[in-house]
Amino acid sequence: MIKYIYGDALDAFPKLRDTMFKDRAFQFKERLKWDVAVTDEGHEMDEYDALNPLYMIYELPDGTHGGSMRNLPTTAETMINDHFTNLTDGVQIISPLIWETTRFCLSPKVGKLASRVAASVCLAGCEAGIQFGLDSSVGVFDARMVHIYKRIGWEPEILGASGEGKDAISAGLWALDEASKANICAKSGISAEEVEGWYNASFPSISSSDILVA
Amino acid sequence: MTKLETFLDVLAGSQTPNDIQSLVEGLRESYGVSNAVYHAVNVGPMPYAALTYSSEWMQYYHDQKFVQVDPVVKGALRQFHPMDWKQLDWSGRGSREFLGEAITAGVCNQGLSVPIRGPNGQFALFTINDNCSDDSWEKFSKEYKRDMMLISHYIHRRVVEIIVPEDESDTRSLSPRETDSLRYLSLGFSRGQIADKLKISEHTLRVYIDSARHKLGALNTIHAVTTAFSRGLISF
Repeated sequence: MIKYIYGDALDAFPKLRDTMFKDRAFQFKERLKWDVAVTDEGHEMDEYDALNPLYMIYELPDGTHGGSMRNLPTTAETMINDHFTNLTDGVQIISPLIWETTRFCLSPKVGKLASRVAASVCLAGCEAGIQFGLDSSVGVFDARMVHIYKRIGWEPEILGASGEGKDAISAGLWALDEASKANICAKSGISAEEVEGWYNASFPSISSSDILVA
Repeated sequence: MTKLETFLDVLAGSQTPNDIQSLVEGLRESYGVSNAVYHAVNVGPMPYAALTYSSEWMQYYHDQKFVQVDPVVKGALRQFHPMDWKQLDWSGRGSREFLGEAITAGVCNQGLSVPIRGPNGQFALFTINDNCSDDSWEKFSKEYKRDMMLISHYIHRRVVEIIVPEDESDTRSLSPRETDSLRYLSLGFSRGQIADKLKISEHTLRVYIDSARHKLGALNTIHAVTTAFSRGLISF
């Protein structure tokens, strides 16, 4: 299942937290050879993790990380506006209705579950967008992700790209709407109810009368 | 005009803190809610607020240091998604007692609060508040949440312009691509023609125009173009 967790609440889920940052180190540092910093504990973290992002994390049955992504509002500091405006003709993408999604990561141990986990993480992003009234998410991604998004059924609009072949990186915009959700659900076999269930479990709501009498 | 257009119309003429206060008061009537609050917590040298709660309640809130138990404030400090009050943490006795007192003072049972994040730790909060059943509030939220996201952002940008006019660090300025897009639009080129000229896809062009629109506080492209003109950001 997916959990939505803000950075400052990660400590309540130490196993999930540690395995996520370790899986990120494996994916971005070891496998993709990105120039990212890894702490002594083996956690890949950067300055955007310090901005209290909202993580969407697939939790495996043993409580460890299966896949995740990281979200921040584009009205404050984002990776794309700080470092990748070369991909957007110098345009800073700033909108209350657009969030930035970064560090899309899958655990190496999900194996055959990989496409389901990836689709779940994307659905979590879509659902948040629908629930919070957002339009889209923006992000920078590398060439190998193009096929993954295509398989998932959530292809971004490409805003710009640089580099060739497997070294290419692109800036993309993903629609956060019912159509995207329905498409990913259909391709993955994950039901819309399940997705809504993740959201409701992470952002529980009580009735207004209960607040006062409680 | 839609409610949002009416708001933007008034926003365009808002030049002073008093204008912002009237703008916020106007939201009550146009959206049919009981209260609206904009609060710039960490923007200028002093906190700034425009709101419709009674001054007695604000004084009492201050004297009782309710800011320490107010779940809206706690939630908005650490989260950035629009928050329905029913999703906040009311588990503390202090929070529930606080709500009881708030309601006695004319604050209503339903609320939607939008945390606003800007560059360099800029933080503000926008809230609308009304008295109704959970079901009708749910319906209202569904219909107008997006409006509230935009309104909160637009009020915030205008307040930043008014109270810290010297602050150039934010993103009022448009990139050459954005001004090019608006200039071509103003000259009557179609989106297809502009995309060709700028050698980008129409999708990308749309994102750039939307981006410029949000920076300018403009509802549509015509409004964006006229705003850009009036601020001297584009010229023929």
